Amino acid sequence: MKITEQEVRYVAALANLELSDAEAARLRADLDGILEHMDRLSEIDTTGVEPMAQVLFDADPAATLRDDVPIPPLGNQAALANAPEPGAGYFKVPQVIER
Amino acid sequence: MHIPSLTIASVRDGLLARRFSAAELTAEALHFAETENPRTNAYLHFCPERALASAERVDEQIARGETPGPLAGVPIAVKDVIVTRGVRSTCGSRLLANYIPPYDATAVERIEAAGGVILGKTNCDEFAMGSSNENSAFGPVRNPAALDRVPGGSSGGSAAAVAQGTAVVALGSDTGGSIRQPASFCGVTGVTPTYGRVSRYGLTAFASSLDHIGPFGRSVRDAATVLSVIAGRDPRDSTSAAAPVPDYTALLDRNVKGLKLGLPCEYLKQLTSETGDLIARAVETLKSLGCEVSEISLPATDYAIACYYVIATAEASSNLARYDGVRYTSRTRSAGTLSEMYRRTRSEGFGAECKRRIMLGTYVLSAGYYDAYYLKAQKVRALIARDFANAFQQVDAIVAPVSPFPAFKLGEKVDDPMAMYLSDIYTITGDLAGIPCMSVPCGQTREGLPVGMQILTRHFDEITMFRLADAYEHTQSN
Repeated sequence: MKITEQEVRYVAALANLELSDAEAARLRADLDGILEHMDRLSEIDTTGVEPMAQVLFDADPAATLRDDVPIPPLGNQAALANAPEPGAGYFKVPQVIER
Repeated sequence: MHIPSLTIASVRDGLLARRFSAAELTAEALHFAETENPRTNAYLHFCPERALASAERVDEQIARGETPGPLAGVPIAVKDVIVTRGVRSTCGSRLLANYIPPYDATAVERIEAAGGVILGKTNCDEFAMGSSNENSAFGPVRNPAALDRVPGGSSGGSAAAVAQGTAVVALGSDTGGSIRQPASFCGVTGVTPTYGRVSRYGLTAFASSLDHIGPFGRSVRDAATVLSVIAGRDPRDSTSAAAPVPDYTALLDRNVKGLKLGLPCEYLKQLTSETGDLIARAVETLKSLGCEVSEISLPATDYAIACYYVIATAEASSNLARYDGVRYTSRTRSAGTLSEMYRRTRSEGFGAECKRRIMLGTYVLSAGYYDAYYLKAQKVRALIARDFANAFQQVDAIVAPVSPFPAFKLGEKVDDPMAMYLSDIYTITGDLAGIPCMSVPCGQTREGLPVGMQILTRHFDEITMFRLADAYEHTQSN
């Protein structure tokens, strides 16, 4: 077994997900099968291979930098248009500090 | 005019000869699409006001005697993971059911600047995660070629709309095959350009190092025309490439004699016999056009699924962290504290496949597993890219299947996520390497299910890919 239900609960907490008992059991079984397949990565020799984080082309390292010229921002009203709870020009959220 | 058989060229001819106006065409195309859509559920919603406004701009240009843009008046569908200002963009997710973006994706801006008429937004797997379109919160799409079968995914709606004729061309997105596989299943052309060829600005992020926007068309020429319009450097996406964009359609000369093609032996192992036969027949056709075909090897292929699902889910777990109930419309009704709000909003909003991938991605990035999974996968990704680089020392293009099998039945694979992932074997490698790749129809099974052939070329060599696909397509229409 690659992963226990306890580990599933731990990972869910890291990912900000709440799982029902049925979901946790199902995910444990699914992840177990998938991780077993992923273990074949350990079979291939990658000695001396640089990790590839991005598809990179031969370009000047500064090619993606732009001049520091201000451009008009989205604007407060547009930025808040999809907020579930806007207020006084901000995103409102429930109580932050728990005790 | 017969809406389902329109092409970009026939629309242009009609407009310039004043046989119809763009506004008339748009009204008729919208009517046709709205009438036909219930058969497949390809579109999630239409944007008639915006479409008619685009059409009127084209009509005014023509009335002033100006030359209209290359997509003038063309009815276009856009996958709902690509944002449209003022038009709902749900990503196929309940979480974004009411999300109305405050800006346009660059690809959308360029389409409309070229005269294109966006009719509406198409269905897809939630946040583009899936290979069957069954992970949409708004119901699956049905394959126009066989209504009891999936259209493929995740860009199933865009592929189905083009196949059904409710759009002339469409935009989709591809992270692991999400353009090519539905193109293959629905019998249309689908193109995943070089990574960075098309700006990702406004494409809702799934796995940023793998995400591409690309076109669907009923012909290679139409898909190539759309790519010419949407490709190019965009200062708003720092990974977009500055390389000049050729006019791809000007180079479709149907002369592919002497082109060297590679057939990867690892891609021919798990095919159903009918798919294998159709690919073999297509390869024979390419030989008859004067191409030289040799067998090549891409030895890291066996590790591609594992590599892809580590990297893609890791990036997804990070990208999807933003849906926490603060900014994007949905928030749980039952939360006393901020952390409860995060957890409940996400748990109520995400569908099962998204949760599975967020969990997997969080796991492979978590303390103790990072080196064994994520870092290892990035090294294997380098080996997969190296395989292609080696192959392109010997050949100009690679031809391969798109999927091991044709469109499967709705519900057939939903309960087996690993089986679903394995079906992506031939398409994920192109995304991992970032090379251009496409699906072009190469016939049908005895049951009438479309099958696509995949063509892959060097970075930024979309021209060779299109020339080969166009020459092949021409043999099929004769």
